[in-house]
Amino acid sequence: MSKKETFVGESKTAGKWVGRPLPRLEDARLVQGQGVFADDYKLEGMLYLQLERSPYAHARITRVDVSKAAAAPGVVCTLTGAELPSISHPFPEIGPGAGQKVEDYALAINKVRYQGEPVAAVVAESRHAAEDAAELVEVDYDPLPVVMTPEDALQSDSLLHDEAGTNRMWHDVFEFGEVDKAFQEALHIVHIGRLHFHRFSSTPLENNVVVGQWNIKEKRIQYFSNQQFPAFAAQFLSPALGVRIDQIGMRSIDIGGGFGIKITSYPYMALCALASRKTGGRPVKWTETRTEHMLASAHGNERTFYDTRVALDANGVITAIESRHIDDCGAYPRYEPLGCIIWAQVLPGVNRLKNIRIDFSQVVTNKCPVGPNRGYSRMQHLWFLERVLDICGHALGIPGDVMRLRNYILPEQFPYTTPNGCVYDSGNYPKMLEVAKELVGWDEWKKKQKEAAAEGRMIGLGIGTTLDSGTNNFGQARIVNAYAPYSGQSKAANIKLDIYGELVLSMGSVPQGQGHETTAAQVVADVLGINPEHLNVRPGFDTEQNVYTGHTGTYASQFAVTGLSAIHGAALKLRAEMSRLAAFALKAQEEELEFGVGAQGPQVSVKNTDKAINYWRLANLVNLNNAELPQSFEDITLNCRYVYKAPFEVPDVKRKYGNLTLTYAAQLHAAVLEVNSETFQPKILAYACVDDCGRAINPLIVEGQVHGGTAHGIGGALMEDCRYDSEGNMLTSTFSDYTPITPMNMPDLRYGHVESPSPFSYNGAKGMGEGGGAPLHALSAALQDALYPRGIVVTDSHNTGDSIFQLFERARQGTEAPVVRVERPRGPR
Amino acid sequence: MNMSVGSERVQIRVTVNGQVHQREVEARQLLVDLLRETLGLTGTHIGCDTSYCGACTVLLNGEPVKSCTLFAFQAHEADVKTVEGLSHNGDMHPLQKAFVQCHGLQCGYCTPGFLMSSYALLSKNKRPTDDQIRKALAGNTCRCTGYQNIFKAVRSAADTLAAGTQ
Ligand code: FES
Ligand code: FES
Repeated sequence: MSKKETFVGESKTAGKWVGRPLPRLEDARLVQGQGVFADDYKLEGMLYLQLERSPYAHARITRVDVSKAAAAPGVVCTLTGAELPSISHPFPEIGPGAGQKVEDYALAINKVRYQGEPVAAVVAESRHAAEDAAELVEVDYDPLPVVMTPEDALQSDSLLHDEAGTNRMWHDVFEFGEVDKAFQEALHIVHIGRLHFHRFSSTPLENNVVVGQWNIKEKRIQYFSNQQFPAFAAQFLSPALGVRIDQIGMRSIDIGGGFGIKITSYPYMALCALASRKTGGRPVKWTETRTEHMLASAHGNERTFYDTRVALDANGVITAIESRHIDDCGAYPRYEPLGCIIWAQVLPGVNRLKNIRIDFSQVVTNKCPVGPNRGYSRMQHLWFLERVLDICGHALGIPGDVMRLRNYILPEQFPYTTPNGCVYDSGNYPKMLEVAKELVGWDEWKKKQKEAAAEGRMIGLGIGTTLDSGTNNFGQARIVNAYAPYSGQSKAANIKLDIYGELVLSMGSVPQGQGHETTAAQVVADVLGINPEHLNVRPGFDTEQNVYTGHTGTYASQFAVTGLSAIHGAALKLRAEMSRLAAFALKAQEEELEFGVGAQGPQVSVKNTDKAINYWRLANLVNLNNAELPQSFEDITLNCRYVYKAPFEVPDVKRKYGNLTLTYAAQLHAAVLEVNSETFQPKILAYACVDDCGRAINPLIVEGQVHGGTAHGIGGALMEDCRYDSEGNMLTSTFSDYTPITPMNMPDLRYGHVESPSPFSYNGAKGMGEGGGAPLHALSAALQDALYPRGIVVTDSHNTGDSIFQLFERARQGTEAPVVRVERPRGPR
Repeated sequence: MNMSVGSERVQIRVTVNGQVHQREVEARQLLVDLLRETLGLTGTHIGCDTSYCGACTVLLNGEPVKSCTLFAFQAHEADVKTVEGLSHNGDMHPLQKAFVQCHGLQCGYCTPGFLMSSYALLSKNKRPTDDQIRKALAGNTCRCTGYQNIFKAVRSAADTLAAGTQ
């Protein structure tokens, strides 16, 4: 388990605590089994909800009969699709046009659109009673032709949503620069056939869980769940349930991973509330099983890239790309069509590419709806760009590392404005490449690769350079729907000095393992000159007790920027109040004061004297003993809220132009892989990952996030695939079929860190939790490197022994048109 | 003991973390549900329904087992140890401390399972090789950490324990 770390660049790390690899404060409860996850939560009189789900991918529902289930022992009530229009409304749709016509209810009404879609619910006194009764629900179906591919979606007469009149939910052309001119002037033009980014999911280990209670007397709906973006879910639940948004309370404490997959759980939240109301207000719990999760929670977006043309100059610099992309969002758009714009945050990737024309559509198919899975929408696009780069490199005989160095945005070009107006804050990709090559032993492996090739072995080396754009500007939603009522980005925090001098921080975030309690404490400790343990950070999210804004959630790689900026702002406000109070109490000037820790704990003292006041006394002056305080202090509350608003403008919707994200963390991975010549099984021989997320607040957590994102990417590249057969049956509906990466498949990682502080965040940090799917890029590249000499082009993001064998078979039969065609191999005539 | 299946009830006696429990349970009740729902020991988690993920790992007479795949009555007259039983007099076990120090957890959902598998390994093998650590954890899935720091934590705990027994 060797590991090598390389730190380069100027470290902006200042402060006693920020920048230190502090072990996490939340861990003590978690390693002792004292975490509070949603399924651990119980309420008096709680009922259990079990769903009956569709076995068909596409079918008309001709009969639903819950009478036997309703009569079963322990059953309190049932719910069917037919009754939903009278007790709820469809969820709002983000998309314009056809998307607005989609009717999405919490249960299927007239037809089912994917295997596993909920059709009826049974609510009973115990889990077993609910399970037993759900088996008595009778449903008759009339199967319909299924739509499983983007081609089907556009050509078939079978429509998922008849009311929408089409399976194409969104379409537009993104054009920037002078594409036609670039093609006319190109020295080489490379045509690339169909490329495909497969459907997978980061599948958090904890499934979705909702405890919902419709408190009829108080006219409130209270949730305890593992929803990771509560502000978003509330905006969907409020119109669907017909209540004001402030009547919905949400809470979570510990969440067992989210990765974006727990953003679209709101249909299940609605069901628990509706069921609770039907029972007169008893709490209702729904706990998803893994099979239900695989079938019907959310998958990552699948995307197919057609008819790609690439213009290059004599050196292999890409001057233009033209292509047609179709994104498959499954049966219901839900968070979509936001993915139709989010990829444009990284339009040219890490490259200086100026001229781009992409025809982008999104279609519905009879598969599980998608959700914004880790690396959401950018990862798909970046994989495409990296494939283009490698395929062109191979076609022109330029090695992958050289191709990259020739195309990268250069360190001196930052801040760099992309053709669509995004501003990349900082970066040094050539340096990252250098570090990664050294870590993985690139030159050594190049030699070994040659020797191995002579023995008929297939070894490949690959690089994946990727971006993790963080802190999104919700204004980009207006590019997909000009009427979307969102823009900007914000986070709130509140810190107070309580009656007995306790420091209490409430964060407007929804952590799922990212260590927010720790990094928050590091920031506050530096502002107040205390130790992180002096701060009480309220774990989890709570609409009643904690602060939040309409953007509150943990998503889009942003806590280090937005969350910590809010916490820092709140801590500064509190410090200013404490400073005024202390100056009064100590009869000193504010400039003479020092914040620190004394014999009695945290205190404010007068420099170079023994005069000091502790937190208890400071709090006492305001909260309990305030007759001592003159009127001029009445504005001091010691309860400080701060809202950080990211410096964004609303993008130019017509031109699709504007700054879509605030920070651009980068990762560069280098992989060496061998394809077994008998089994065709790919095996990783060496792996290095280098990240640059600006200033690291806690290097331990940063490295952990890189490891985790890397495991998701390696799993996605070589093992994990949400596979369906041609009838829409999901073939990987259990972990045993889906095979999430295990300790046995995970290679040793060599890790390096390059630091280019962001000029756009107060602390120089960049959000970095998503990681950008670098392993998918690096492993496709390594595989391509191993197979190109055999005339095989890697066209899919998911490759296994079986699929590689199929590639060889197809190449051997020679029946398919070549994927790559080089027009003007030697330049224009 | 009546062992018929279905909703019939059976009497069991089981020792969990040193405490004896006598309960009447449904014959079909799983061991994990006995622990979580009946005894309130919610540190043991559920991540799958096919014995893949190991989030539910506990020790049954010292052997790591997947409590989602055993009936509660199968623990009759047995000794069960869960994550709640690792700390001693309020002091964390070296494995727990090592997981914290090495950042061997993120969301913490898999952690109890990993701790129990690691505990079983170290109680039999004081000086495991890297390969033996991987194999001992093969039945545990973590979706957050990429495993690197988990391996590191188990190695570090093994070193601590070995140093302590010398
Ligand atoms: S819950 Fe027992 S193995 Fe997954
Ligand atoms: S720490 Fe989240 S699953 Fe392992």
